[in-house]
Amino acid sequence: MKKIDLVIIGGGPAGLSAAKTAAESGLASLVIERSSAIGGQLVKQTHMFFGSEKQYAKTRGIDIAKILVKDVLEFPNLIEIMTNTTVVGLYKDKVVTLLKKEKYIKVQAKAIIIATGASEKVLAFENNDLPGIYGAGAVQTLMNVHGVMPGHDVVMVGSGNIGLIISYQLIQAGVNVKCVLEAASTIGGYKVHASKLKRLGVDIKTSHSIKKAIGKDCLEKIIIGKLDDKWNFIDGFDEEIEIDALCISVGLSPLSSLLSMIGTEMKYVGYLGGLVPLINKNHETSIENIFVAGDVCGIEEASSAIVEGYLTGLVVANKLGFIHPKYDELYLDFKNQLRNLRSGPFGEKIRLGLKEIAR
Amino acid sequence: MLNINGVPSKTLILSRFPDEKYLNKPKAITECYERIPCNPCSTSCPFGAIHIGEDINTPPVVDFDKCTGCGICVYSCPGLAIFTVELLDELNARFKIPYELRPLPKVGETWDGVNRAGEFITKAYIEKVSLKEKQDRTALIQVIVPKKYIYEFITIRSKL
Amino acid sequence: MRIKEHPILTFGEKEKLSFFFDGKEVYGYEGDTIASALHALGIKILSYSIKLKRPRGLYCAIGNCSSCNMIVDGKPNVRSCVTMLVEGMNVKTQVNKGDINEKN
Repeated sequence: MKKIDLVIIGGGPAGLSAAKTAAESGLASLVIERSSAIGGQLVKQTHMFFGSEKQYAKTRGIDIAKILVKDVLEFPNLIEIMTNTTVVGLYKDKVVTLLKKEKYIKVQAKAIIIATGASEKVLAFENNDLPGIYGAGAVQTLMNVHGVMPGHDVVMVGSGNIGLIISYQLIQAGVNVKCVLEAASTIGGYKVHASKLKRLGVDIKTSHSIKKAIGKDCLEKIIIGKLDDKWNFIDGFDEEIEIDALCISVGLSPLSSLLSMIGTEMKYVGYLGGLVPLINKNHETSIENIFVAGDVCGIEEASSAIVEGYLTGLVVANKLGFIHPKYDELYLDFKNQLRNLRSGPFGEKIRLGLKEIAR
Repeated sequence: MLNINGVPSKTLILSRFPDEKYLNKPKAITECYERIPCNPCSTSCPFGAIHIGEDINTPPVVDFDKCTGCGICVYSCPGLAIFTVELLDELNARFKIPYELRPLPKVGETWDGVNRAGEFITKAYIEKVSLKEKQDRTALIQVIVPKKYIYEFITIRSKL
Repeated sequence: MRIKEHPILTFGEKEKLSFFFDGKEVYGYEGDTIASALHALGIKILSYSIKLKRPRGLYCAIGNCSSCNMIVDGKPNVRSCVTMLVEGMNVKTQVNKGDINEKN
């Protein structure tokens, strides 16, 4: 069995950042990524990021991905990367089982960082399985990775940052965005994103949601309705909109199944997007040397995932006896950055959620 | 009704503009009304004219004495929420707006000028189009519109 | 349905790959997944649901939802959204659970 000190599951912003600080501390790691490329969801993000300089503010997500990958490639003797490899099992004795093509591999780790990110939530409505209905991330993959238009006329469901940003990216790709539907009475994401859309003529319909999708083999039109303050549709406000693509952006849910498999203490926290592990201030779960970073322990932004990754790599290395030359300074800096990112009104949900999972 | 449809009220918009006497030179208007963790406008300004401070959730405040209207903040803002405005004469105003769509306007063309609700308000003359490498794919378009629209004009669209 | 001009991204010249969809020869490009290549050709129905035979297509495009299962080179239940396109691939719309003994 292969023996590695640190196994990092997930080659997105959190996983790559953790590998970097671990390597800077002298600790070797294996980064496992199920897709063909590392960089996570950043490889689809064509927009400039928010935050501060330390989190690469004003740099486009696609370029942040390149920076994080380059950082990791600076440590070829300490960081091993396996792509097209899925973790299929995680065991209490820190054995990680992998599947690469048809080959089954077992790895014995001393410590594991789970940075598996999140997946998109689904919305239940009549005919929600028609071809032409996509998760928002799928639309981004089609447009920004493959250069394929998802459709010609689109409606976006959800006005959180993802829904607003992707609506704008659809327009950039030449797609006509007819409107954005938001079930709540106010827009969910940053108002600057909403303003960008509004000035381009995109209607953001708050208190609206989708009732039904219609089409023989593929989506042809939708029926939308207006909601009252108890989330029920109000009679007489139905509207029909002809579209060939519908984008569902109703939130993300942590991909925490490996944690459930290994039996860490978990809790369902709505503020954080779903089932998350209980963690201490160093991101360690209830099982010793099993750590988490990024969206898997609470849905936030890539900027937070990056800093959480840096922090977790640093503390794990320290625990295994590999102390970063600037440990104290960096530890404080990463904690400060996270506090800063979470201190505004948009950070309220995270702050409340993190209180609920503190060990 | 910023929270409901993404359109700020006239009061909010005016709060971002300096006294008109400053506008004989171009000045940056930062339409960033919410507390969000973000500060590249402040760190990009070569003149130290935009203040945010330690708490990066603080909305930016422009020092109009220091601001030269260079436009660096315009293409540095991840929310495309900044533009510059200048009063040219009795009739016209000059805007520098961020632009990330195709096709790009061409100098000498006349496009439709729209307000924050996306409604047509005036014809807009394209005076200059700038897309340098340091702008990282956010073009800066210099547009001339009638002065009476300075609190309404926000961007251009090719054909409505 | 390929994007020609994009303000941020450059989609360079890629190698054209021929493959088969339900017996017909079609084309995609190097770097495509099976699902993205089919999507660019306007093909959105990738499978039919098992009991009610409802048309199904791409939903998550990241390998989570299994809405895009197709029969690829005789093998059923292949997630076409995360499988890279290879020259000469034989891709078929999946209509049932998939039979590992099914002849190509």
